[in-house]
Amino acid sequence: MNEPMLFLPLIPLLPFVGFLLNGVLGSKLPKALVSTIALAFPLASFALVARAAWMVYSGLALPVIEHGAPEWIVFGAVHIGFGLALDQLTLVMLLVITGVGFLIHLYSVGYMEHEQGYWRYFAYLNLFLFFMTVLVLASNFLLMFVGWEGVGLASYLLIGFYIDRRSAGDAGKKAFVVNRIGDFGFLIAMFLLLGSFGTLNFSEVAAQLAGHAAISGGVVTLICLCLLLGATGKSAQIPLYIWLPDAMEGPTPVSALIHAATMVTAGVYMIARAHALFDLSPTALLVVAILGTATAFFAATVAMVQTDIKRVLAYSTISQLGYMFLGCGVGAYSAAVFHLMTHAFFKALLFLAAGSVIHGLGGEQDLRRMGGLRKQMPVTFWTMTAAVLAIAGFFPFAGFFSKDAILAAAFQHGVSGKALWTVGLTTALLTSFYMFRLWYLTFLGESRADGPADSPANGHGSAHAGHAHESPWIMLTPLVVLAALSVCGGWIGMERFGAFLAPVTGGVQAAAGDGGQIEMMLSALAVLVAAAGWFVAHSIYGRARNDRANASLALPRRVLERKYWVDEIYVAGIVRPLEGLARYGLGWVGEWTLVRGSAWLLAGVASLSGEFLRRWQSGNLRSYAAWLTAAAAILLIFVLAGTLFGINGFADTIHWAVR
Amino acid sequence: MDNVILSLILLVPLAGAALILLLPERGKLPAWIALLDSLLTFLCTLHLPAHFAGGRGGFQFEENVLWLSHPRISYHLGVDGLSLWLVVLVGLLAPVGVVASWKTIGSRSKVFYALFLLQQTAMVGVFVSLDLMLYYGFWELSLIPIVILTAMFGRNLGESSAVKAALRFFLYTFIPSAPLLVALLWLYAHTGSFDYTTLQAAIASGSLPARQLGWVSVAFLLAFAVKVPVLGLHGWLADTFSEAPVAIAMIAAGKLGLYSLIRFHVALFPALAREAAPWMIGFAVVGILYGALLALVQKDFWKLLAYATLSSLSFCTLGIYGFTISGMNGALLQTVNEGIIGAALFLMFGVLFDSRRTSQLGEFGGVAQKAPRLAALFVIASLALIGLPLLNGFVGEFLVLAGTFNGVSKGWAAVAALGVIFSAAYMLRMIQMVFLGEPTANSHGHAVRELSWRETVTVGGLAVLMLAIGVMPTVWTSTMEPALQSAFKVSSAENAVPAAAESGAGMMHAMGESR
Repeated sequence: MNEPMLFLPLIPLLPFVGFLLNGVLGSKLPKALVSTIALAFPLASFALVARAAWMVYSGLALPVIEHGAPEWIVFGAVHIGFGLALDQLTLVMLLVITGVGFLIHLYSVGYMEHEQGYWRYFAYLNLFLFFMTVLVLASNFLLMFVGWEGVGLASYLLIGFYIDRRSAGDAGKKAFVVNRIGDFGFLIAMFLLLGSFGTLNFSEVAAQLAGHAAISGGVVTLICLCLLLGATGKSAQIPLYIWLPDAMEGPTPVSALIHAATMVTAGVYMIARAHALFDLSPTALLVVAILGTATAFFAATVAMVQTDIKRVLAYSTISQLGYMFLGCGVGAYSAAVFHLMTHAFFKALLFLAAGSVIHGLGGEQDLRRMGGLRKQMPVTFWTMTAAVLAIAGFFPFAGFFSKDAILAAAFQHGVSGKALWTVGLTTALLTSFYMFRLWYLTFLGESRADGPADSPANGHGSAHAGHAHESPWIMLTPLVVLAALSVCGGWIGMERFGAFLAPVTGGVQAAAGDGGQIEMMLSALAVLVAAAGWFVAHSIYGRARNDRANASLALPRRVLERKYWVDEIYVAGIVRPLEGLARYGLGWVGEWTLVRGSAWLLAGVASLSGEFLRRWQSGNLRSYAAWLTAAAAILLIFVLAGTLFGINGFADTIHWAVR
Repeated sequence: MDNVILSLILLVPLAGAALILLLPERGKLPAWIALLDSLLTFLCTLHLPAHFAGGRGGFQFEENVLWLSHPRISYHLGVDGLSLWLVVLVGLLAPVGVVASWKTIGSRSKVFYALFLLQQTAMVGVFVSLDLMLYYGFWELSLIPIVILTAMFGRNLGESSAVKAALRFFLYTFIPSAPLLVALLWLYAHTGSFDYTTLQAAIASGSLPARQLGWVSVAFLLAFAVKVPVLGLHGWLADTFSEAPVAIAMIAAGKLGLYSLIRFHVALFPALAREAAPWMIGFAVVGILYGALLALVQKDFWKLLAYATLSSLSFCTLGIYGFTISGMNGALLQTVNEGIIGAALFLMFGVLFDSRRTSQLGEFGGVAQKAPRLAALFVIASLALIGLPLLNGFVGEFLVLAGTFNGVSKGWAAVAALGVIFSAAYMLRMIQMVFLGEPTANSHGHAVRELSWRETVTVGGLAVLMLAIGVMPTVWTSTMEPALQSAFKVSSAENAVPAAAESGAGMMHAMGESR
């Protein structure tokens, strides 16, 4: 069979060309041309992906591996290249990345219209698509790491897009550095892989593991835990989640694309990609599941009290990513990827709808100053409602199917699974609650744009709600498309989706004969829990329609509002001690000792020439120069003297001198 | 051509220096001569990789003329994969240095550019000399212009701290040269030769008295370690970076010392260097973190750059003393990378400093809005420094760390890898303080100027090179590796990587069978 022509390298390279064009020339181009470049290249990329998907649908066998990829790094006998490969998992990821990615590019044309540095924004956005597609197309860990660090760079640039805003710069820096901690784990994992397998290719590692099916061993667990550290960084899980809420400093479409739909799911993708390793280490899988579940619950509690609309969504993203980790941890990789996909639809939609609200209110992000927007922004309202129902897990919205699949898999995963399932279900209750809280506060009730006295001014200024307007169609079109996907995206069903991914992630956990009934009950329970969450939100915010503080809950509320003081603990426990060590321990004591010490060492070495050198301490610039030249000349003469004057036994003299 | 090219590369800058001294100091004339001359030199150095027979060790473009018969000193030049790219690097950095000095050096520019070109000859001489006495002459010669130019053209002449920095540099580098000279003469006394290959063979034969040879190797090590600098001997670095003209500061650290460590310590005294290796690895790993942590809290960007340099040069030391081919390959590539990235950063820091007459980070802010080109190129160079994949710094760090991890010590390598976290932290902190935020008007009210076209072309070219090395590193590493292989005659069993891979596979087998 002939190689199918998929043009895989073009999928990342097209957005890269867009980045180069806008990045180098953008400041001089008219806005319309910048937008055209920014949209055309991702669209072409998406077309290639869609074409590949069509070919797969009509019978193209996967995986397709690019041959003859150029070589990149040679490490001893290991040759690592720019190899790309397309399999089912990559195809799903690519569809999400380029599809949702294009929609968000389109939305951005409207959202960013009045921003300075319009061209810069789109250059970065295209750069992000380049790295993200590299990440999922890579056929080896090192090339994946290129995408991995690269999306971090794009994220850094976009979070700090408003370059005059100090908080944006801080947030970008924090995101990059925290991610670097994760990347450290990724690097160590690659070194371990090189040592144990002699390759970084996914397929070769998997083949070696399959060849020695009995291997479990500490090395594999260590590799998995190092990879997991990387994943917790990129996917904002405990203990490295702290950068994601701050990342909301970036423009809202960026939050939708990078910090909700695509980049932050890279950790889930990585674990699914490396599942051959994780499958051999029950310990590592258990850690993945526990971290995921804990993060899901923890972030959901914080989301309940946030007052910034984007921060609610940020914690919600962390929480939903926790579900995906839970799915991976119980071995249900395809369920995790399923949730990854549906989450990309409804969370991107939530962010874009929130962006539409913020845009309509002239920059207002505080939930306490919103309300009553249902009338003014009907399209935003209805699309957002679809997304809220989807994330809360109502049948038949997309989130129902995928979250259900993960929880069902957890339930069937032994004793620990039952505990994880319980926490997961509780989190579903919280999720439904905080999403409906957001929904009520934003769209229903009366406008609170003039603000209650207790709400701190956000710096964005005054009442806009009176003039709140629906967003232009270029922003609403993506909302409508994503709303349709949030409704229908799950209808493919876990079974068919799992069967499609099975060649990559291994077989679906075939439920036992009576599994059907249990699953039905679990699903019903999940929907009940979601309804309960809605009910609680309705009873608090539906009537009072304000974020009413309940006096009896003041303490837990304060704990949540301060996000358990985790940031403060990190700063006090890690950042400050390191700075103190650097400033005082090294800067004063270390430098003093070393500089003095080395000076004494050298002085000792030079004790013979010390007298000579001391004469230099006087005199002006010219005399220094003169002395230096003279010194060089003396040295030269000393060396040459032996020959010039024919002194016999020169070598013997030297011999004597140094004996 | 091939048999005189190295002499030509040595002579062209020297002739340029003479021409500058002969012609009157009129306007930018010395600068133009220096620029054209250094470009010509660069073209000459490009002849080397173009005609280099890759894939084999040993010296090429050799010239060997007996200079003095007693003591027997030869004018013996040659280039192998180890020195090839360093010669090209010196050729590249000279025009960069001229461009970086273009607006700064006003009066007495004759002296400046003449000495600058002399310095270039000396540095090339260090890389191509195969006679140790000739090497020593160039080594000493390379120190002198740095000292004089720092003293004469330093930044803070009024406070005379430039003179102090020059003196400190002189003391740090000149003093260890004295024992180096003595050690050289000792070797001559025992072997009757200054020739590199002869000495290498003599030392390998084991006929020299062992104890004294140990001291000789220490003298070599000390002289080079100061010049790198290795942690503990870095007392001159921050001062020189703060005070020396940028064209001088950008060549003062790194390559001369690192090259000499490989060629004249590790390859000349392999057995003794192995004994020193655990110490050097320790110094290197501690140096990586020490420099990075200190860079994190600096308030002055020259000092920040000095500690950052200490940190990234320690990666090179780590790679060299790990005694794995991959690690050394990475260290050598990183030496070249460091030169390129450092030159770009120095040039841009020079622009910042000249605009504001201060290097206090707190006095900057919002520069990205005033000078977007400067900001963009600065960010690219910073990303290369912190090892972003697809830029050159990553390849070197990866090879060093992977080589150390699998060939030497997992623990040391893991600790060293922590450096990647801190490097991101200190560079982004600096970018944040200088380029982001609201533009600040400092006390002098000077705005930061945008890069001139000459500077943009220069730094842009360096940025392209960072990308090229980052994407196609094998172009460089494939010429370096055979030289390293043959220089150490490392048997394949000693080569860390296949060994590690085999032991890994062996481990897998063992584990498989134990089940």
